[in-house]
Amino acid sequence: MRIEDHPILGKTERRERITLKVDGAAVPAFEGEAIAAALIASGRRVFRYTAKRREPRGVFCALGRCTDCMMIVNGQPNVRTCVTPARDGMVIQTQVGRRGGEATHDLETENS
Amino acid sequence: MGKSEIYVVGGGAAGMAAAIEAARAGAKVTVIDENEQPGGQLFKQIHKFFGSGVHRAGTRGVQIGRDLLKEAEEAGVKTRLNTVAYGIYPGKRLGLICGDHTEEPASPIIILATGASENALAFPGWTLPGVMGAGATQTLININRVLPGRRALMVGAGNVGLIVTYQLLQAGADVAAIVEGLPYIGGYGVHASKVRRAGVPILTSHTVLRAEGDETVERAVIAQMDEKWQPVVDTEEVLEVDTICLAVGLSPLAELAWMAGCRFSYLPALGGWVPVHDENMESSLQGIYVAGDLAGIEEASTAMEEGRLAGLSAAEALGYLSVETAEARKIEVRERLAALRIGSFGGGRAIAKRELLRATCKK
Repeated sequence: MRIEDHPILGKTERRERITLKVDGAAVPAFEGEAIAAALIASGRRVFRYTAKRREPRGVFCALGRCTDCMMIVNGQPNVRTCVTPARDGMVIQTQVGRRGGEATHDLETENS
Repeated sequence: MGKSEIYVVGGGAAGMAAAIEAARAGAKVTVIDENEQPGGQLFKQIHKFFGSGVHRAGTRGVQIGRDLLKEAEEAGVKTRLNTVAYGIYPGKRLGLICGDHTEEPASPIIILATGASENALAFPGWTLPGVMGAGATQTLININRVLPGRRALMVGAGNVGLIVTYQLLQAGADVAAIVEGLPYIGGYGVHASKVRRAGVPILTSHTVLRAEGDETVERAVIAQMDEKWQPVVDTEEVLEVDTICLAVGLSPLAELAWMAGCRFSYLPALGGWVPVHDENMESSLQGIYVAGDLAGIEEASTAMEEGRLAGLSAAEALGYLSVETAEARKIEVRERLAALRIGSFGGGRAIAKRELLRATCKK
């Protein structure tokens, strides 16, 4: 949910509207905002699943520190979405494990 | 513009203040910051600062951030954004990741102003999406302008917990309660009164027992604690919340200082392991300075003053300021710092900082 009007910060400045493709669905965003911001605004809370136990993870530190919000961006895994700017047409996927989508199952070499 | 004589790692309150002072004295200064924007955490501080007029009390953090960036530009500070300082090597050589390549510039002086990270609190369900740092919440609502949830539980009634609770309300969310493990409220009375007036209960001697939910937080279970910090039987309460914010302290972000080989001291009043430093903010290693939360967890006003000390000392070491001029300026800054470190909160930090100085003398 976006905060359109704020008692201290005022109205959110209008920026260029773009569209992200997230797990196949179109998600609206503003050019240059953190990918995580656009996803949270659209109601998404699960960003990835851990390697061993497939536990859900989402934004935890919002500072680029904890790596809980990592997703696959334009084919590249382990991208910290809280500090990576959104660009038009970006293809974003929920990450499973350390590298990729559901296809990755080499659990012996991975840990959570 | 030639080679940088001073690299500042971290473009927040401390780093920017350090860079401005050194550049004004004539040094060639480059600030390294991994973010798109410099300013560190100042831009999410939408509340008015405390202190006196010289500390810019009554001014909101965002405005102080804007002013710092303008002053840095006017002073000729070079800023390299989206650049990660991943390491520090012998010969005061920094390891930088700049997009698709790395660089290892050396400089006679490095000022580390890397800040702090939020402490976590482990309880069943704490990894569920919806559990996040209070500072993370503040970033989402005040910088990204999105709400992480509709109804939150705040864990911790220090200043961060109180302020972020109020800012969640300002942003349009609901806060079910603040739980605080201690039997008293840690933050300022004025902040506590504000959230209470807004109808948020502050439950002291209470903790979060667990977070529950399928895939994300759907509720929190809280309970009262006895004097041994054990949950009291039959005091469990279920709160319908989708967000749990953790405001349980900060720790210095000290990896680079450790890697450089700086000596450390363990001082709980300053957030744990802190690099030992002298009155000029120089660490145990010649030419490596520390400032801000890295040098002990305090707040933005002290961070800026420490940054100024480091910047002035660095400029002096490079010969841009005479000993007399530098010392006169540093005395002013130290007086302002002392004025910030008084009272029930600042007093303990002042004592801890003196311990750090004693540790430095023994080197």
